[in-house]
Amino acid sequence: MKAAWKEKAIRLMLFATASTSILIVIGIFVFVGKEAGHFAVEPGLKELFGSRWMPVSFQKESFGLLPLITGSLLVTALATILTIPFGVGAAVYISELARPVEREILKPFIEILAGIPSVVIGFFGLVVLVPLIKSIFNLSTGLTALAGAVLLALMAIPTVVSISEDAIRSVPASYKAASLALGASKMQTIWKVTVPAALPGIVAAIMLGIGRVIGETMAVMMVTGNAAIITASPFDSVRTMTATIAAEMGEVAFGSIHYRALFCVGIVLLLATFGLNIIAQKFLKKYRMG
Amino acid sequence: MNEKTKKIVKQIFIPAVTLGIALTLSSGCSRREGGTGSEQRLITIKGSDTMVYLASSWAETFMKQNPDIEVSVTGGGSGTGIAAILNGTTDICAASRKIQNKELELALEKNIHPHEIAVARDGIAVVVNPDNPVKELTLQQLSKIFTDNSLRWSNVGGPDEPIIVLSRESSSGTYVFFQEMVLKKQDYMQDAKLMPATSAIIQSVSTDKLAIGYVGLGYALAAEDKVKIIAVKADDNSPAVMPSDQTVKSGQYAIARPLYLYLNGEPKGTVKKFIDFCLSAAGQTVVKDTGYVAIQ
Repeated sequence: MKAAWKEKAIRLMLFATASTSILIVIGIFVFVGKEAGHFAVEPGLKELFGSRWMPVSFQKESFGLLPLITGSLLVTALATILTIPFGVGAAVYISELARPVEREILKPFIEILAGIPSVVIGFFGLVVLVPLIKSIFNLSTGLTALAGAVLLALMAIPTVVSISEDAIRSVPASYKAASLALGASKMQTIWKVTVPAALPGIVAAIMLGIGRVIGETMAVMMVTGNAAIITASPFDSVRTMTATIAAEMGEVAFGSIHYRALFCVGIVLLLATFGLNIIAQKFLKKYRMG
Repeated sequence: MNEKTKKIVKQIFIPAVTLGIALTLSSGCSRREGGTGSEQRLITIKGSDTMVYLASSWAETFMKQNPDIEVSVTGGGSGTGIAAILNGTTDICAASRKIQNKELELALEKNIHPHEIAVARDGIAVVVNPDNPVKELTLQQLSKIFTDNSLRWSNVGGPDEPIIVLSRESSSGTYVFFQEMVLKKQDYMQDAKLMPATSAIIQSVSTDKLAIGYVGLGYALAAEDKVKIIAVKADDNSPAVMPSDQTVKSGQYAIARPLYLYLNGEPKGTVKKFIDFCLSAAGQTVVKDTGYVAIQ
Protein backbone atom coordinates (compact mmCIF):
# COMPACT_ATOMS: atom_id res chain seq x y z
CA MET A 1 0.00 0.00 0.00
CA LYS A 2 2.68 2.42 1.10
CA ALA A 3 4.95 1.35 -1.74
CA ALA A 4 2.24 2.07 -4.29
CA TRP A 5 1.76 5.56 -2.87
CA LYS A 6 5.47 6.19 -3.02
CA GLU A 7 5.62 5.06 -6.61
CA LYS A 8 2.82 7.42 -7.52
CA ALA A 9 4.59 10.33 -5.86
CA ILE A 10 7.81 9.60 -7.71
CA ARG A 11 5.91 9.28 -10.96
CA LEU A 12 4.27 12.63 -10.35
CA MET A 13 7.60 14.26 -9.57
CA LEU A 14 9.17 12.91 -12.73
CA PHE A 15 6.17 14.10 -14.72
CA ALA A 16 6.62 17.56 -13.25
CA THR A 17 10.28 17.72 -14.26
CA ALA A 18 9.42 16.48 -17.74
CA SER A 19 6.73 19.09 -18.27
CA THR A 20 8.81 21.99 -16.94
CA SER A 21 10.31 22.59 -20.35
CA ILE A 22 6.87 22.85 -21.94
CA LEU A 23 5.86 25.39 -19.31
CA ILE A 24 9.03 27.37 -19.90
CA VAL A 25 8.50 27.46 -23.65
CA ILE A 26 4.90 28.65 -23.20
CA GLY A 27 6.04 31.14 -20.58
CA ILE A 28 8.64 32.61 -22.93
CA PHE A 29 6.14 33.01 -25.75
CA VAL A 30 3.63 34.70 -23.46
CA PHE A 31 6.18 37.01 -21.87
CA VAL A 32 7.95 38.06 -25.06
CA GLY A 33 4.60 38.38 -26.83
CA LYS A 34 3.27 40.64 -24.08
CA GLU A 35 6.16 43.11 -24.32
CA ALA A 36 6.06 43.06 -28.12
CA GLY A 37 2.30 43.60 -27.92
CA HIS A 38 2.86 46.97 -26.25
CA PHE A 39 4.88 47.96 -29.30
CA ALA A 40 2.00 47.00 -31.60
CA VAL A 41 -0.21 49.46 -29.71
CA GLU A 42 2.29 52.33 -29.55
CA PRO A 43 3.88 53.22 -32.01
CA GLY A 44 2.36 50.42 -34.10
CA LEU A 45 3.73 47.51 -36.10
CA LYS A 46 4.13 49.63 -39.22
CA GLU A 47 7.25 51.10 -37.65
CA LEU A 48 8.92 47.66 -37.83
CA PHE A 49 8.82 47.51 -41.63
CA GLY A 50 11.16 50.45 -42.11
CA SER A 51 14.64 50.09 -43.58
CA ARG A 52 16.41 52.07 -40.86
CA TRP A 53 17.41 50.78 -37.42
CA MET A 54 18.52 53.80 -35.43
CA PRO A 55 17.24 53.24 -31.89
CA VAL A 56 19.35 55.92 -30.20
CA SER A 57 18.96 59.28 -31.83
CA PHE A 58 18.43 62.88 -30.91
CA GLN A 59 16.62 63.42 -34.23
CA LYS A 60 14.18 60.60 -34.84
CA GLU A 61 14.39 57.07 -33.48
CA SER A 62 13.74 54.40 -36.12
CA PHE A 63 12.98 50.75 -35.47
CA GLY A 64 12.91 49.22 -38.96
CA LEU A 65 13.68 45.51 -38.72
CA LEU A 66 14.53 45.01 -42.41
CA PRO A 67 18.30 45.59 -42.11
CA LEU A 68 18.44 43.22 -39.13
CA ILE A 69 16.42 40.49 -40.87
CA THR A 70 18.39 40.75 -44.10
CA GLY A 71 21.58 40.78 -42.02
CA SER A 72 20.64 37.55 -40.27
CA LEU A 73 19.51 36.00 -43.57
CA LEU A 74 22.72 36.90 -45.38
CA VAL A 75 25.01 35.54 -42.66
CA THR A 76 22.89 32.41 -42.27
CA ALA A 77 22.71 31.72 -46.01
CA LEU A 78 26.48 32.13 -46.42
CA ALA A 79 27.13 29.92 -43.41
CA THR A 80 24.81 27.24 -44.82
CA ILE A 81 26.60 27.29 -48.17
CA LEU A 82 29.91 26.80 -46.37
CA THR A 83 28.54 24.17 -43.97
CA ILE A 84 26.90 21.76 -46.44
CA PRO A 85 29.96 20.55 -48.38
CA PHE A 86 32.16 20.28 -45.28
CA GLY A 87 29.49 18.77 -43.04
CA VAL A 88 28.08 16.23 -45.47
CA GLY A 89 31.50 15.40 -46.93
CA ALA A 90 32.91 14.69 -43.49
CA ALA A 91 29.87 12.60 -42.57
CA VAL A 92 30.20 10.47 -45.71
CA TYR A 93 33.89 9.94 -45.10
CA ILE A 94 33.51 9.05 -41.43
CA SER A 95 30.59 6.67 -41.90
CA GLU A 96 31.55 4.97 -45.16
CA LEU A 97 35.23 5.31 -45.95
CA ALA A 98 37.27 5.98 -42.80
CA ARG A 99 39.24 3.16 -41.22
CA PRO A 100 38.37 2.52 -37.56
CA VAL A 101 41.57 4.31 -36.41
CA GLU A 102 40.75 7.39 -38.44
CA ARG A 103 37.22 7.42 -37.09
CA GLU A 104 38.51 7.21 -33.52
CA ILE A 105 40.58 10.34 -34.16
CA LEU A 106 38.15 12.34 -36.31
CA LYS A 107 35.01 11.97 -34.21
CA PRO A 108 36.32 13.31 -30.89
CA PHE A 109 37.94 16.27 -32.65
CA ILE A 110 34.70 17.21 -34.36
CA GLU A 111 32.95 16.93 -31.01
CA ILE A 112 35.55 19.20 -29.39
CA LEU A 113 34.82 21.77 -32.08
CA ALA A 114 31.17 21.68 -30.97
CA GLY A 115 32.21 22.36 -27.40
CA ILE A 116 34.30 25.53 -27.90
CA PRO A 117 32.48 28.51 -26.32
CA SER A 118 31.29 30.94 -28.97
CA VAL A 119 33.05 33.90 -27.31
CA VAL A 120 36.34 32.10 -27.80
CA ILE A 121 35.52 31.42 -31.44
CA GLY A 122 34.54 35.09 -31.80
CA PHE A 123 37.81 36.30 -30.35
CA PHE A 124 39.73 33.97 -32.63
CA GLY A 125 37.71 35.43 -35.50
CA LEU A 126 38.47 39.03 -34.56
CA VAL A 127 42.20 38.51 -34.13
CA VAL A 128 42.93 35.94 -36.86
CA LEU A 129 40.10 35.63 -39.38
CA VAL A 130 39.17 39.31 -39.84
CA PRO A 131 42.69 40.47 -40.84
CA LEU A 132 42.99 37.35 -43.03
CA ILE A 133 39.76 38.07 -44.93
CA LYS A 134 40.84 41.68 -45.31
CA SER A 135 44.12 40.74 -46.97
CA ILE A 136 42.81 37.81 -49.07
CA PHE A 137 39.99 39.81 -50.67
CA ASN A 138 41.89 43.10 -50.57
CA LEU A 139 39.13 44.88 -48.63
CA SER A 140 39.38 48.06 -46.62
CA THR A 141 38.22 46.14 -43.54
CA GLY A 142 37.62 42.48 -42.71
CA LEU A 143 34.62 43.13 -40.45
CA THR A 144 32.15 41.56 -42.87
CA ALA A 145 29.20 39.20 -43.18
CA LEU A 146 31.62 36.65 -44.61
CA ALA A 147 33.71 36.63 -41.42
CA GLY A 148 30.57 35.94 -39.38
CA ALA A 149 29.49 33.20 -41.79
CA VAL A 150 32.83 31.38 -41.56
CA LEU A 151 32.67 31.33 -37.76
CA LEU A 152 29.06 30.17 -37.81
CA ALA A 153 29.94 27.40 -40.26
CA LEU A 154 32.60 26.25 -37.80
CA MET A 155 29.91 25.98 -35.14
CA ALA A 156 27.29 24.31 -37.34
CA ILE A 157 29.56 21.69 -38.91
CA PRO A 158 29.72 19.38 -35.85
CA THR A 159 25.90 19.27 -35.65
CA VAL A 160 25.58 18.50 -39.34
CA VAL A 161 28.33 15.86 -39.26
CA SER A 162 26.88 13.98 -36.26
CA ILE A 163 23.30 13.81 -37.49
CA SER A 164 24.18 13.14 -41.14
CA GLU A 165 26.52 10.38 -40.05
CA ASP A 166 23.68 8.79 -38.07
CA ALA A 167 21.41 9.02 -41.07
CA ILE A 168 23.96 7.49 -43.44
CA ARG A 169 24.74 4.69 -41.03
CA SER A 170 21.11 3.73 -40.63
CA VAL A 171 20.74 2.99 -44.34
CA PRO A 172 20.17 -0.80 -44.37
CA ALA A 173 23.22 -2.86 -45.36
CA SER A 174 21.06 -4.79 -47.83
CA TYR A 175 20.78 -1.65 -50.07
CA LYS A 176 24.54 -1.39 -50.32
CA ALA A 177 24.97 -5.14 -50.79
CA ALA A 178 22.43 -5.13 -53.61
CA SER A 179 24.14 -2.20 -55.30
CA LEU A 180 27.58 -3.78 -55.04
CA ALA A 181 26.20 -7.12 -56.27
CA LEU A 182 24.92 -5.38 -59.37
CA GLY A 183 28.46 -4.37 -60.15
CA ALA A 184 28.43 -0.74 -58.90
CA SER A 185 31.70 0.56 -57.52
CA LYS A 186 32.04 1.73 -53.95
CA MET A 187 31.80 5.41 -54.93
CA GLN A 188 28.80 4.77 -57.16
CA THR A 189 27.10 2.97 -54.29
CA ILE A 190 27.76 5.84 -51.90
CA TRP A 191 26.52 8.65 -54.16
CA LYS A 192 23.72 6.79 -55.99
CA VAL A 193 22.33 4.59 -53.21
CA THR A 194 23.47 5.37 -49.66
CA VAL A 195 23.35 9.17 -49.69
CA PRO A 196 20.00 9.41 -51.52
CA ALA A 197 18.52 6.90 -49.06
CA ALA A 198 19.78 8.99 -46.14
CA LEU A 199 18.75 12.29 -47.71
CA PRO A 200 15.83 13.16 -45.40
CA GLY A 201 18.15 12.70 -42.41
CA ILE A 202 20.84 14.82 -44.04
CA VAL A 203 18.33 17.58 -44.79
CA ALA A 204 17.18 17.46 -41.16
CA ALA A 205 20.82 17.72 -40.05
CA ILE A 206 21.30 20.83 -42.20
CA MET A 207 18.09 22.37 -40.84
CA LEU A 208 19.23 21.84 -37.27
CA GLY A 209 22.61 23.28 -38.17
CA ILE A 210 20.90 26.39 -39.54
CA GLY A 211 18.85 26.59 -36.35
CA ARG A 212 22.01 26.75 -34.32
CA VAL A 213 23.47 29.37 -36.67
CA ILE A 214 20.49 31.71 -36.62
CA GLY A 215 20.41 31.83 -32.84
CA GLU A 216 24.13 32.31 -32.35
CA THR A 217 25.16 35.68 -30.94
CA MET A 218 28.57 36.34 -29.50
CA ALA A 219 30.84 35.20 -32.31
CA VAL A 220 28.83 37.05 -34.96
CA MET A 221 28.67 40.21 -32.91
CA MET A 222 32.44 40.36 -32.66
CA VAL A 223 33.27 40.07 -36.37
CA THR A 224 30.44 41.36 -38.57
CA GLY A 225 30.91 45.06 -37.81
CA ASN A 226 27.24 45.40 -36.80
CA ALA A 227 26.33 48.23 -39.18
CA ALA A 228 22.57 48.13 -39.80
CA ILE A 229 22.55 48.36 -43.59
CA ILE A 230 20.60 46.36 -46.17
CA THR A 231 23.03 44.55 -48.43
CA ALA A 232 23.48 41.28 -50.30
CA SER A 233 27.27 41.45 -50.51
CA PRO A 234 29.28 39.10 -48.28
CA PHE A 235 31.94 41.82 -48.12
CA ASP A 236 29.70 44.36 -46.42
CA SER A 237 29.17 44.72 -42.71
CA VAL A 238 25.82 43.48 -41.36
CA ARG A 239 23.94 43.62 -38.08
CA THR A 240 22.12 40.42 -37.06
CA MET A 241 19.00 40.18 -34.91
CA THR A 242 20.78 38.28 -32.15
CA ALA A 243 23.65 40.78 -31.96
CA THR A 244 21.14 43.62 -31.78
CA ILE A 245 19.35 42.15 -28.78
CA ALA A 246 22.55 41.22 -26.98
CA ALA A 247 24.20 44.58 -27.58
CA GLU A 248 21.29 46.84 -26.80
CA MET A 249 19.35 45.09 -24.05
CA GLY A 250 21.95 46.00 -21.42
CA GLU A 251 21.51 49.75 -21.53
CA VAL A 252 18.04 50.29 -22.87
CA ALA A 253 15.69 52.34 -20.69
CA PHE A 254 13.25 49.95 -19.06
CA GLY A 255 9.76 50.07 -20.61
CA SER A 256 10.77 52.44 -23.43
CA ILE A 257 9.76 51.97 -27.07
CA HIS A 258 13.29 50.80 -27.82
CA TYR A 259 12.98 48.16 -25.09
CA ARG A 260 9.75 46.88 -26.64
CA ALA A 261 11.22 46.98 -30.15
CA LEU A 262 13.90 44.56 -28.96
CA PHE A 263 11.17 42.15 -27.89
CA CYS A 264 9.73 42.39 -31.39
CA VAL A 265 13.15 41.37 -32.73
CA GLY A 266 13.04 38.50 -30.24
CA ILE A 267 9.64 37.35 -31.56
CA VAL A 268 10.87 37.32 -35.16
CA LEU A 269 13.91 35.32 -34.10
CA LEU A 270 11.83 32.93 -32.02
CA LEU A 271 9.44 32.28 -34.90
CA ALA A 272 12.37 31.66 -37.27
CA THR A 273 14.02 29.03 -35.06
CA PHE A 274 10.63 27.54 -34.23
CA GLY A 275 9.78 27.17 -37.93
CA LEU A 276 13.15 25.61 -38.72
CA ASN A 277 12.73 23.11 -35.91
CA ILE A 278 9.32 22.04 -37.13
CA ILE A 279 10.63 21.51 -40.67
CA ALA A 280 13.63 19.58 -39.31
CA GLN A 281 11.35 17.37 -37.20
CA LYS A 282 9.26 16.55 -40.27
CA PHE A 283 12.33 15.41 -42.18
CA LEU A 284 13.68 13.44 -39.21
CA LYS A 285 10.39 11.58 -38.91
CA LYS A 286 10.40 10.79 -42.61
CA TYR A 287 13.83 9.23 -42.50
CA ARG A 288 13.04 7.18 -39.44
CA MET A 289 9.94 5.79 -41.16
CA GLY A 290 11.63 5.33 -44.47
CA MET B 1 14.60 9.19 -32.09
CA ASN B 2 18.11 8.12 -31.25
CA GLU B 3 20.10 9.57 -28.39
CA LYS B 4 22.39 11.85 -30.32
CA THR B 5 19.62 13.34 -32.40
CA LYS B 6 17.66 14.06 -29.26
CA LYS B 7 20.62 15.78 -27.72
CA ILE B 8 21.13 17.99 -30.71
CA VAL B 9 17.46 18.79 -31.11
CA LYS B 10 17.64 19.99 -27.52
CA GLN B 11 20.66 22.10 -28.29
CA ILE B 12 18.68 23.99 -30.86
CA PHE B 13 16.22 25.06 -28.21
CA ILE B 14 18.96 26.42 -26.00
CA PRO B 15 19.38 29.70 -27.91
CA ALA B 16 15.64 30.27 -27.77
CA VAL B 17 15.44 29.40 -24.09
CA THR B 18 18.52 31.46 -23.22
CA LEU B 19 17.05 34.41 -25.04
CA GLY B 20 13.85 34.05 -23.06
CA ILE B 21 15.64 33.75 -19.76
CA ALA B 22 17.82 36.76 -20.53
CA LEU B 23 14.76 38.80 -21.38
CA THR B 24 12.98 37.63 -18.23
CA LEU B 25 15.97 38.48 -16.05
CA SER B 26 16.42 41.88 -17.60
CA SER B 27 12.94 42.75 -16.48
CA GLY B 28 13.45 41.19 -13.07
CA CYS B 29 11.58 43.23 -10.57
CA SER B 30 12.12 41.95 -7.08
CA ARG B 31 11.77 45.01 -4.90
CA ARG B 32 13.95 44.93 -1.89
CA GLU B 33 13.88 46.82 1.34
CA GLY B 34 15.87 50.06 1.50
CA GLY B 35 19.01 50.17 3.62
CA THR B 36 18.51 50.20 7.35
CA GLY B 37 20.62 53.22 8.16
CA SER B 38 23.98 52.82 9.78
CA GLU B 39 23.49 49.12 10.48
CA GLN B 40 23.70 48.25 6.78
CA ARG B 41 26.63 45.89 6.17
CA LEU B 42 26.35 45.30 2.42
CA ILE B 43 26.36 47.92 -0.33
CA THR B 44 25.59 46.94 -3.92
CA ILE B 45 26.76 49.00 -6.90
CA LYS B 46 25.45 48.27 -10.36
CA GLY B 47 25.70 49.94 -13.73
CA SER B 48 28.08 51.30 -16.35
CA ASP B 49 30.61 48.89 -17.81
CA THR B 50 32.97 51.83 -18.26
CA MET B 51 32.97 52.34 -14.50
CA VAL B 52 33.18 48.72 -13.29
CA TYR B 53 36.94 48.86 -12.84
CA LEU B 54 36.78 52.21 -11.08
CA ALA B 55 33.92 51.14 -8.79
CA SER B 56 35.58 47.87 -7.82
CA SER B 57 38.86 49.66 -7.07
CA TRP B 58 36.93 52.02 -4.80
CA ALA B 59 35.20 49.07 -3.19
CA GLU B 60 38.51 47.31 -2.54
CA THR B 61 40.14 50.31 -0.86
CA PHE B 62 36.96 51.12 1.07
CA MET B 63 36.64 47.56 2.39
CA LYS B 64 40.26 47.64 3.57
CA GLN B 65 39.44 50.69 5.68
CA ASN B 66 36.06 49.29 6.80
CA PRO B 67 36.48 45.54 7.20
CA ASP B 68 32.95 45.11 8.57
CA ILE B 69 31.30 46.45 5.41
CA GLU B 70 31.02 44.57 2.15
CA VAL B 71 30.68 46.30 -1.23
CA SER B 72 29.62 44.28 -4.25
CA VAL B 73 30.06 45.68 -7.77
CA THR B 74 28.44 44.48 -11.01
CA GLY B 75 28.32 45.93 -14.52
CA GLY B 76 25.66 45.50 -17.17
CA GLY B 77 25.48 49.05 -18.45
CA SER B 78 24.25 52.44 -17.27
CA GLY B 79 20.69 51.61 -18.30
CA THR B 80 20.75 48.36 -16.35
CA GLY B 81 22.02 50.24 -13.29
CA ILE B 82 19.32 52.89 -13.50
CA ALA B 83 16.68 50.20 -14.00
CA ALA B 84 18.03 48.56 -10.84
CA ILE B 85 17.62 51.84 -8.90
CA LEU B 86 14.05 52.11 -10.20
CA ASN B 87 13.34 48.53 -9.15
CA GLY B 88 15.06 48.96 -5.81
CA THR B 89 17.51 46.13 -6.46
CA THR B 90 20.70 48.14 -5.91
CA ASP B 91 21.88 50.78 -3.45
CA ILE B 92 24.06 52.73 -5.87
CA CYS B 93 23.99 52.97 -9.65
CA ALA B 94 27.14 53.86 -11.57
CA ALA B 95 26.31 55.72 -14.80
CA SER B 96 28.45 57.17 -17.56
CA ARG B 97 25.51 59.24 -18.79
CA LYS B 98 22.84 61.41 -17.20
CA ILE B 99 19.51 59.84 -16.34
CA GLN B 100 17.03 60.26 -19.21
CA ASN B 101 13.67 62.02 -18.96
CA LYS B 102 11.84 58.79 -19.69
CA GLU B 103 13.63 57.15 -16.77
CA LEU B 104 12.88 60.11 -14.48
CA GLU B 105 9.18 59.80 -15.33
CA LEU B 106 9.25 56.10 -14.50
CA ALA B 107 11.06 56.89 -11.25
CA LEU B 108 8.39 59.38 -10.18
CA GLU B 109 5.67 56.84 -10.98
CA LYS B 110 7.39 54.40 -8.64
CA ASN B 111 7.95 57.09 -6.01
CA ILE B 112 11.73 56.93 -6.35
CA HIS B 113 13.85 60.08 -6.28
CA PRO B 114 17.13 59.62 -8.18
CA HIS B 115 19.93 61.65 -6.60
CA GLU B 116 22.89 62.47 -8.83
CA ILE B 117 26.53 62.81 -7.69
CA ALA B 118 29.39 63.49 -10.14
CA VAL B 119 32.38 61.48 -8.92
CA ALA B 120 35.00 61.58 -11.69
CA ARG B 121 35.72 62.76 -15.22
CA ASP B 122 36.54 60.69 -18.27
CA GLY B 123 38.17 61.92 -21.46
CA ILE B 124 37.28 60.24 -24.76
CA ALA B 125 40.30 59.76 -27.02
CA VAL B 126 39.98 59.53 -30.80
CA VAL B 127 42.33 56.84 -32.11
CA VAL B 128 43.66 55.87 -35.53
CA ASN B 129 46.18 53.39 -36.87
CA PRO B 130 49.83 54.34 -36.15
CA ASP B 131 50.51 54.31 -39.93
CA ASN B 132 47.90 57.01 -40.54
CA PRO B 133 49.61 60.37 -41.26
CA VAL B 134 46.70 62.39 -39.79
CA LYS B 135 47.71 63.90 -36.42
CA GLU B 136 44.98 66.36 -35.51
CA LEU B 137 41.32 66.94 -36.31
CA THR B 138 38.82 69.64 -35.45
CA LEU B 139 35.52 68.79 -33.75
CA GLN B 140 33.76 69.74 -36.97
CA GLN B 141 35.90 67.34 -39.01
CA LEU B 142 35.23 64.57 -36.49
CA SER B 143 31.52 65.24 -36.70
CA LYS B 144 31.66 64.97 -40.50
CA ILE B 145 33.71 61.76 -40.38
CA PHE B 146 31.15 60.04 -38.16
CA THR B 147 28.03 61.27 -39.99
CA ASP B 148 28.93 61.60 -43.67
CA ASN B 149 29.91 58.39 -45.44
CA SER B 150 31.20 60.14 -48.56
CA LEU B 151 34.10 61.67 -46.63
CA ARG B 152 37.55 60.28 -47.41
CA TRP B 153 40.84 60.59 -45.57
CA SER B 154 42.00 63.05 -48.25
CA ASN B 155 39.32 65.48 -47.03
CA VAL B 156 41.04 65.76 -43.65
CA GLY B 157 44.70 65.72 -44.69
CA GLY B 158 45.28 62.03 -45.26
CA PRO B 159 45.69 59.70 -48.28
CA ASP B 160 42.92 59.29 -50.88
CA GLU B 161 41.31 56.28 -49.21
CA PRO B 162 37.91 55.59 -47.64
CA ILE B 163 37.44 56.03 -43.88
CA ILE B 164 36.42 52.98 -41.84
CA VAL B 165 34.34 54.42 -39.00
CA LEU B 166 34.22 52.40 -35.80
CA SER B 167 31.85 53.26 -32.96
CA ARG B 168 30.75 51.67 -29.70
CA GLU B 169 27.35 49.97 -29.58
CA SER B 170 24.32 52.25 -29.23
CA SER B 171 23.83 50.87 -25.71
CA SER B 172 27.09 52.41 -24.57
CA GLY B 173 27.09 55.63 -22.55
CA THR B 174 30.15 56.61 -24.57
CA TYR B 175 28.15 56.30 -27.83
CA VAL B 176 25.50 58.72 -26.59
CA PHE B 177 28.05 61.13 -25.17
CA PHE B 178 30.08 61.20 -28.37
CA GLN B 179 26.90 61.72 -30.37
CA GLU B 180 25.83 64.64 -28.22
CA MET B 181 29.22 66.30 -27.76
CA VAL B 182 30.99 65.72 -31.10
CA LEU B 183 28.20 64.90 -33.58
CA LYS B 184 26.06 67.73 -32.15
CA LYS B 185 23.13 65.31 -31.81
CA GLN B 186 23.16 64.20 -35.45
CA ASP B 187 22.77 60.50 -36.21
CA TYR B 188 25.82 58.36 -36.83
CA MET B 189 26.03 57.28 -40.46
CA GLN B 190 24.46 53.89 -41.06
CA ASP B 191 27.68 52.29 -42.31
CA ALA B 192 29.46 52.99 -39.01
CA LYS B 193 30.61 49.68 -37.58
CA LEU B 194 29.34 49.21 -34.05
CA MET B 195 31.83 47.25 -31.97
CA PRO B 196 30.70 45.34 -28.89
CA ALA B 197 33.62 46.40 -26.68
CA THR B 198 36.42 48.91 -26.28
CA SER B 199 38.98 46.13 -26.76
CA ALA B 200 37.41 45.28 -30.13
CA ILE B 201 37.84 48.90 -31.27
CA ILE B 202 41.50 48.97 -30.17
CA GLN B 203 42.08 45.62 -31.90
CA SER B 204 40.49 46.73 -35.18
CA VAL B 205 42.17 50.15 -35.24
CA SER B 206 45.54 48.52 -34.64
CA THR B 207 45.09 46.27 -37.71
CA ASP B 208 43.01 48.49 -40.04
CA LYS B 209 45.08 51.29 -41.57
CA LEU B 210 41.98 53.27 -42.56
CA ALA B 211 40.04 52.93 -39.33
CA ILE B 212 39.10 55.60 -36.82
CA GLY B 213 37.40 55.04 -33.47
CA TYR B 214 36.90 56.50 -30.02
CA VAL B 215 37.66 54.94 -26.61
CA GLY B 216 37.98 56.03 -22.99
CA LEU B 217 41.22 57.88 -22.25
CA GLY B 218 42.45 55.22 -19.83
CA TYR B 219 42.14 52.51 -22.48
CA ALA B 220 43.78 54.66 -25.16
CA LEU B 221 46.82 55.46 -22.98
CA ALA B 222 47.19 51.78 -22.06
CA ALA B 223 47.19 50.82 -25.76
CA GLU B 224 49.46 53.63 -26.95
CA ASP B 225 51.87 51.20 -28.62
CA LYS B 226 49.07 49.83 -30.82
CA VAL B 227 47.06 52.91 -31.76
CA LYS B 228 47.71 56.61 -32.32
CA ILE B 229 45.80 59.20 -30.30
CA ILE B 230 44.56 62.20 -32.30
CA ALA B 231 44.95 65.75 -31.00
CA VAL B 232 41.60 67.56 -31.08
CA LYS B 233 40.95 71.22 -31.95
CA ALA B 234 37.77 72.83 -30.66
CA ASP B 235 37.61 74.91 -33.89
CA ASP B 236 39.86 75.97 -36.77
CA ASN B 237 41.64 78.66 -34.77
CA SER B 238 42.19 76.90 -31.45
CA PRO B 239 45.31 74.89 -30.67
CA ALA B 240 45.29 71.10 -31.09
CA VAL B 241 45.08 69.46 -27.66
CA MET B 242 46.16 65.93 -26.75
CA PRO B 243 43.94 64.28 -24.14
CA SER B 244 45.65 63.89 -20.76
CA ASP B 245 44.88 64.24 -17.07
CA GLN B 246 45.70 67.93 -17.08
CA THR B 247 43.91 68.87 -20.29
CA VAL B 248 40.74 66.97 -19.33
CA LYS B 249 40.71 68.49 -15.84
CA SER B 250 41.35 72.01 -17.08
CA GLY B 251 38.68 71.69 -19.75
CA GLN B 252 41.16 72.40 -22.61
CA TYR B 253 40.47 68.98 -24.12
CA ALA B 254 37.01 69.20 -25.60
CA ILE B 255 35.72 65.60 -25.47
CA ALA B 256 35.35 64.89 -21.77
CA ARG B 257 32.41 63.91 -19.61
CA PRO B 258 31.53 63.49 -15.95
CA LEU B 259 30.84 60.05 -14.47
CA TYR B 260 27.99 59.75 -11.98
CA LEU B 261 26.70 57.72 -9.08
CA TYR B 262 22.92 57.66 -8.64
CA LEU B 263 21.07 56.90 -5.40
CA ASN B 264 17.46 56.78 -4.36
CA GLY B 265 17.18 60.00 -2.32
CA GLU B 266 19.91 61.74 -0.33
CA PRO B 267 22.83 59.55 0.77
CA LYS B 268 22.63 58.32 4.34
CA GLY B 269 24.22 55.77 6.66
CA THR B 270 26.73 53.36 5.16
CA VAL B 271 26.02 54.52 1.62
CA LYS B 272 26.88 58.10 2.62
CA LYS B 273 30.10 56.85 4.15
CA PHE B 274 31.00 55.19 0.84
CA ILE B 275 30.09 58.25 -1.26
CA ASP B 276 32.11 60.50 1.05
CA PHE B 277 35.04 58.15 0.57
CA CYS B 278 34.74 58.31 -3.23
CA LEU B 279 34.88 62.11 -3.15
CA SER B 280 37.71 62.21 -0.58
CA ALA B 281 41.37 62.65 -1.51
CA ALA B 282 41.95 58.90 -1.15
CA GLY B 283 38.98 58.13 -3.37
CA GLN B 284 40.11 60.59 -6.02
CA THR B 285 43.60 59.02 -5.97
CA VAL B 286 41.89 55.75 -6.91
CA VAL B 287 40.24 57.63 -9.80
CA LYS B 288 43.66 58.71 -11.10
CA ASP B 289 45.18 55.26 -10.60
CA THR B 290 42.45 53.62 -12.71
CA GLY B 291 42.98 55.94 -15.69
CA TYR B 292 40.22 58.48 -15.10
CA VAL B 293 40.45 62.12 -14.14
CA ALA B 294 39.73 63.45 -10.64
CA ILE B 295 36.75 65.75 -10.26
CA GLN B 296 38.37 68.27 -7.88
